[in-house]
Amino acid sequence: MKTVDELRKLREQVRDMTKLREGEQEVRIVVAMGTCGIAAGARETLNAMMQEVAARGLTGVSVTPVGCMGLCEREPLVEVNAHGGRTLYAHVNAEKARRIVCEHVEAGRVIEAWVTRN
Amino acid sequence: MNLFRSHVLVCAGAGCVSSGCLSTEAALIDEIAQLGLDREIKVIETGCIGTCDLGPVLVVYPEGIFYRNVTPTDAKEIAHEHLLKGRIVQRLLYRDPLTSQIVQTYGEMEFFNRQLRVALRNTGVINPEAIEEYIARDGYEALARVLTAWSREEVIATIKASELRGRGGAGFPTGLKWQFTAQAHSPVKYVVCNADEGDPGAFMDRSILEGDPHTVIEAMAIAGYAVGASQGYVYVRAEYPLAVKRLQHAINQARDYGFIGDNIFGTGFRFDLEIRVGAGAFVCGEETALIASIEGKRGEPRPRPPYPATKGLWGQPTLINNVETFANICPIILHGAQWYARIGTEKSKGTKVFAVAGNINNTGLVEVPMGITLRQLVFDVCGGIPGGKEFKAAQTGGPSGGCLTKEHLEISMEYESLLQAGSMMGSGGLIVMDEDACMVDMARFFLDFTRDESCGKCTPCRIGTKRMLEILDRITAGEGREGDIDALLVLAENIKSTSLCGLGQSAPNPVLSMLKQFRAEYEAHIYAQRCPAGVCQALLNFNIVPEKCRGCGLCARVCPTAAIKGKPKELYRIERQKCVKCGVCLEKCPFGAIVRA
Repeated sequence: MKTVDELRKLREQVRDMTKLREGEQEVRIVVAMGTCGIAAGARETLNAMMQEVAARGLTGVSVTPVGCMGLCEREPLVEVNAHGGRTLYAHVNAEKARRIVCEHVEAGRVIEAWVTRN
Repeated sequence: MNLFRSHVLVCAGAGCVSSGCLSTEAALIDEIAQLGLDREIKVIETGCIGTCDLGPVLVVYPEGIFYRNVTPTDAKEIAHEHLLKGRIVQRLLYRDPLTSQIVQTYGEMEFFNRQLRVALRNTGVINPEAIEEYIARDGYEALARVLTAWSREEVIATIKASELRGRGGAGFPTGLKWQFTAQAHSPVKYVVCNADEGDPGAFMDRSILEGDPHTVIEAMAIAGYAVGASQGYVYVRAEYPLAVKRLQHAINQARDYGFIGDNIFGTGFRFDLEIRVGAGAFVCGEETALIASIEGKRGEPRPRPPYPATKGLWGQPTLINNVETFANICPIILHGAQWYARIGTEKSKGTKVFAVAGNINNTGLVEVPMGITLRQLVFDVCGGIPGGKEFKAAQTGGPSGGCLTKEHLEISMEYESLLQAGSMMGSGGLIVMDEDACMVDMARFFLDFTRDESCGKCTPCRIGTKRMLEILDRITAGEGREGDIDALLVLAENIKSTSLCGLGQSAPNPVLSMLKQFRAEYEAHIYAQRCPAGVCQALLNFNIVPEKCRGCGLCARVCPTAAIKGKPKELYRIERQKCVKCGVCLEKCPFGAIVRA
């Protein structure tokens, strides 16, 4: 550590280490991981989401498993809380998960075709 | 860097380590690995979170779910249910002691959301052994700014303007201390951190060193720059092995990164740090005794002046501040003196950490703005008294302080008002007593401590505390005499006015303050041979209430000394000579027929 700039550069690199512990994340992705979700492949969905978020270097995004949402028939379910809206996607496999991260989370475009309503 | 979706913080303050958090953590890590979640979930050991009676404690982020009393088996359940399936384990959540409601997250707990954490801002949030986590939360930024852009005078002016006062007990303005040391003429000066925390019940300094050691290192380097010192010492007591270990680890890391050592940030400023481990004498918290101890001499105080700011360690100008004082420095530099001076009251700025212990629901460590009332602190933040009992008194300032009573519940917790009430802020220990506490016994406890810790150098403290203790011993043994109270008062005044250092000058305080607030209790012990709270064993008698006794004989069967006589279906009697006052009969009697008087 020779200069102040080096310290600041290092801080940018390590900021994500504690960011998860500091209040609300800008984007919150929730994957339903009840027994039903897991049976329908939600583990793969969750892993794919994590990988994609990491690969794109997105910050301020949390990926959290939750229990059964009650809509077992349309599992794996993924809820995206981003850009002021709340969107529920049904039948999200790993492939769809990656596209949701890329199009919705990063670019802010909701993928209407996969959204489930009532 | 690998991205983790969840962080599980395991409180590893000394309190939680004693309650077994390390085996809980091991079980958790093991289970996470077995479930194949180890690349998604990160387990982090932190310093003290503050809820010491609830340990082992886990906090799961990003949700902030707070789990308490987690055994290794519970940890496995959390891994399976919460971390894998997202189902919160309800039975391990915290219950509010007043409302009995379940509280899910850290942020919703009254205990946390009423706090304002400045000195403890990182404690319980970061991994104290990972310097990167400290840097991620603006660590070493204050040092970088000060060294590259501030003059020494600006640093001192900022600390003065913040009106920060010494958190070790006396409340001396920190900025002035820095200024005096800076003004002393000498090519060699020292910065010393006083981490010889000895008050029974106080553990904020330990928790800061265990939970956020870098904040102390950074602040000491800033102080070194401001006063013109290039060497620092942290004087820690040997009873704090975990603090010593983590601090040493942090010093090594800081040295590797170049935050201490030669030519820091390329500015040519040099500052290095060493730990000095004290052998655990209470008097070494007194600054001149501490200096003597670092020098390798017997830990005894010497008269002041000269103050350490002009003639301290090895005869050189020395700045001595307490751990908590140092922990406030970096936020003041980063956010400005005005920001800090807006917190607290007119004469006591900022926040204070209190170590709350005794008859209280939430035992632990809390940081609150100065000026909070005693009622808010005891009842709102710390959840009140267990078992629906009455608040009787609170001892502040440890063995050097005094007690506050029910009438003081609305008192503003700050330096001046506590002194006016006959107590003191001290280092922030707060021992809460309920209706079952005997004030004579409490005073005896504290005096026994100071008498034991007196270094023996000056007569008033060495012999005076011994004489006072003898009187209190007699009173609690039921042998109090007419004139005892007056003798205590005279001794106390003489010890206070003639002792050499703060230990002796403050040792009679608990007795004086308890005598003032609870004189009737002392008189009951002396003249009526009665302990109103039923604590002093020698004054205690167990009686059987004839109207309530059904003659079942259970008391006679459980009595370990066969002191209870009688026949079934008839009234039982307790033989005073044989009774050892253990209280088993009272506990076992199904009819509540045995009373303590």
